[in-house]
Amino acid sequence: MATITINGETKELAKSLTVAELLVKNDVSQPDMVSVQLNGEFVYKENYKTTEVKDGDEVDFLYFMGGGSF
Amino acid sequence: MEFTEEQILRYSRHILLQDVGVEGQERISSGKVLVIGAGGLGAPVALYLAAAGVGTIGIIDGDVVDLSNLQRQIIHFTPDVDSPKVLSAKEKINLLNPDVKVITYQTLFTSENALEIIKDYDFIVDGTDNFPVKFLINDACVMAGKAFSHGGILRFDGQTFTHTPGNACYRCLFNAPPPPNAVPTCSQAGVLGAIAGMLGTIQAAETLKYLTGVGDLLTNRLLSFNAKTMNFRTVNIHRSEKCPVCGAHPTVTELVDYEQATCEIKRH
Repeated sequence: MATITINGETKELAKSLTVAELLVKNDVSQPDMVSVQLNGEFVYKENYKTTEVKDGDEVDFLYFMGGGSF
Repeated sequence: MEFTEEQILRYSRHILLQDVGVEGQERISSGKVLVIGAGGLGAPVALYLAAAGVGTIGIIDGDVVDLSNLQRQIIHFTPDVDSPKVLSAKEKINLLNPDVKVITYQTLFTSENALEIIKDYDFIVDGTDNFPVKFLINDACVMAGKAFSHGGILRFDGQTFTHTPGNACYRCLFNAPPPPNAVPTCSQAGVLGAIAGMLGTIQAAETLKYLTGVGDLLTNRLLSFNAKTMNFRTVNIHRSEKCPVCGAHPTVTELVDYEQATCEIKRH
C-alpha cells in the first residue's frame, strides 16, 4: 500500500508506481500535455519511466491552460 | 507628480490604504502596462487598471469584436460588434478614466514586433488565447528582463502566475507548446464567462501589486482554481536549471513564432 497526494487529494495505491504508470492510471492520455512535479521538483519526461512514486509522496500534475481572448 | 483635488477624490480608496497611500498611487499613475489581447482576460484587466489610474495602458489585439465575445469580454458592448477590439477597449477606458493614456496596436503580437513593443512597458499581462503567443510573451519578457502575468482559462478552470526576472518562467513549467493537432479549439471547449473576470482581476491585482511594490507576487507559485468546486490551489514551482530559455544552457535564444495551435488540452 502506498498513500500519495495527487494535486492536493489523498489517494491510495496498491503499490508504488512509476510516474509513467501513474499518468496512465489517471487517464492522462497525452503526457505532452502535462508537467509533473514530485515533492516540489519537476520530473523530466525522459525520467517518467524510471521515477517511482512512493508512500507519502506528493505529486502535482500541471496542465496547459490556454484560453483567454478567443 | 501632483494630484489634483479631483484625482485625490478619484483615487481616495487607494490612497486610504496604508500600504498604498499617495506614494503608491503615484507609482500606479506613472506605471506603463501592456495588455496583450483585448478579450476575456484583457477586458477585466484593462478596466481595473484604467479605474486604478495606470498612467499608460498599451493594448494589442488584431481582432474585431464578435457577438460571441460579449458573453465574457466585458469591455466590449453590443454596438461594438465588428469594431476593432483595441478601439472599442480604448473608448471604454477613456470614458472610465480620462487620466489614462491608451496606446493601441491593432496587430498580432509576433516575433517581429514583440521586443520593440514590450520595451516601453513596466509590466506585461498575457491575456491571449493560444500557446504560440503565450510562449512568445514568455520568451520576449525573459530576454528583455520584463515582469509579466501569465493567465489561462478553460471551461471552469483558471490558472495564473507572475514572472519577474530570476524567477520561474512559463518554460520552466512547460518546455514547449503542445502539438497543434493535439488540442481541440477553445470555441469547442467553451468557458464560463465569469471565469474570465475571476482570473483577469487576479492578474490586474498582481499588476497593481507589482507597480506599488505591495505584498508578495505570485512568483514561483502557480495558482489554479476550478469554479465548479470553487477550490483554489497554489503549487510551488521554481526556476528550472534545464529551462530552454532561462536555464543554465538555453536552447531558445531568439524569438519563435510557433505554428498556431488552439487553446485547450485534452484532459482526462
